[in-house]
Amino acid sequence: MSNQAVVSLRNVTKSFGSGGVTAVQSIDLDVRPGKFVSLIGPSGCGKSTLLRIVGDLVEPTSGEVVVNGKSARQARLDRDYGIVFQDAVLYDWRTVAKNIAMPLELMGWDRARRAERVREMIGLVELEGFAEHHPWQLSGGMQQRVSIARALSFDPALLLMDEPFGALDEMTRERLNGELLRIWEASGSTIVFVTHSISEAVFLSSRVVVMSPRPGRIAATVEVDLPQPRNADTREEPRFFELVTEVRDRLREGGLDEDRTAPGEGELVRTEESS
Amino acid sequence: MSRAGLLAREWLPALVVFVLGILVWEGAVRGFDIQNFLLPAPSSIVETLWSDRGELWSAAFFTFREALGGFAIGCSLGFLAAVVVARWRLLRAAVMPYAIAAGAIPIIAFAPITNNWFGVTGMTSKMVIAAVLCFFPMLVNTMRGLTSVNPSAIELMRSYAANEMTVFRRVRLPSSLPYVFSGLKVATVLAMIGAIVGDYFGGAPGALGVEIRRWVGIFAFDQAWAAIVLASVLGIAFYGSVALVERLTMGWHPSVRGARPE
Repeated sequence: MSNQAVVSLRNVTKSFGSGGVTAVQSIDLDVRPGKFVSLIGPSGCGKSTLLRIVGDLVEPTSGEVVVNGKSARQARLDRDYGIVFQDAVLYDWRTVAKNIAMPLELMGWDRARRAERVREMIGLVELEGFAEHHPWQLSGGMQQRVSIARALSFDPALLLMDEPFGALDEMTRERLNGELLRIWEASGSTIVFVTHSISEAVFLSSRVVVMSPRPGRIAATVEVDLPQPRNADTREEPRFFELVTEVRDRLREGGLDEDRTAPGEGELVRTEESS
Repeated sequence: MSRAGLLAREWLPALVVFVLGILVWEGAVRGFDIQNFLLPAPSSIVETLWSDRGELWSAAFFTFREALGGFAIGCSLGFLAAVVVARWRLLRAAVMPYAIAAGAIPIIAFAPITNNWFGVTGMTSKMVIAAVLCFFPMLVNTMRGLTSVNPSAIELMRSYAANEMTVFRRVRLPSSLPYVFSGLKVATVLAMIGAIVGDYFGGAPGALGVEIRRWVGIFAFDQAWAAIVLASVLGIAFYGSVALVERLTMGWHPSVRGARPE
């Protein structure tokens, strides 16, 4: 692949309704191939909205969105990205194997090819022996791994992740962070990752994009120069703490308005964002 | 403990209550010398069930067919209506308040009217009243099922560039199944009520409701009670068979499989 950006946003703005709650404003962002970019910010900064704009699940009010060298809509129709939500969103009536195979079925892969890919993906997320289990028989962390396997099953150029580990306990989250990095390296895909955890963003990313709320804007960009591969020891390094502090400071600078806002208003924006 | 042992332990209390209930009933009728027209003893009801089995079965079967016909018509129309209504938000807003309100009105009160419209002695009038009774809970339940899908599940399908038909077939329909089945189960009960009560307002000679009224009129209370018992057994069997289909088609659902293993 060329060095052309996988995601390119130019002056993207999104307002909801005629009342004009502005979720994100004048966003410029480039994500180069093979990069892991995190969007971080307080609730109401429009980071989830921004992710959905990239995925053509939300239409921007103005601005240009280019994904994989084409319009966001064309990229969606060409299935250029996989997406993972905070909730694993598994289909309860399908087994683990059939959940992973769902996008492949829609793409018309034949049975043999599907079975082979599903086996591969189950290996990638280390769920051997659970292929015939139903979602309710799995823990939250395992469900999310199925969701990741499903998103990567058709080998998309781009992986969009909306707080995928937000509902998990701290220990499971850290373990899955490590696994995600391994999967990222193995699959070579580009990842845009939404989170509100500073340490998670620093640990995972090549670049952390710090957003400020109301309206959502890019407040700062922090390049993460921690060496790869990263592991549990990375979290102990002085450089890791420096970067965590830097992201925290940028968040604080960008989010000063946060403290002055009435609590009710933040909730409103959040609702809009998740709709 | 063995599977059979577990099963016995689970069902034993209910069985004990059943046997005790029958014994108390039998004992009370004999001990207090209760008149047959007030309450016949279980033993004499069972006796009648056997001695008049030909007549009872044919009456019960006739009315069961009325119920089944009404169930099939009402449920399929209710389901189709829900599919249409679920598709358009405006239509939903226009129709749903009435569908829900219909659940609160005694539709069975229309039975004499449907008799009037579709003929007293035919099966049609009973099927119609049973169908109307089944229609609304089926509509409301299916509607809920089709529209209460996790929004992320729909977004996910959109990310696969799936069209609306695919989303319906692959996501909305399967995730609505628990709601559809609860509608179907409610409908079995309503269909039986519709058919029997429809008979009460006049029906074909030999229909169960007609016979119950006739037997009460000529003080044949053993027969009347036997007919009621038979209707109950049929109703339970009807409900049970739908529940069985539910278990078979929804083996994946936690409510069917029991709690999470954690």
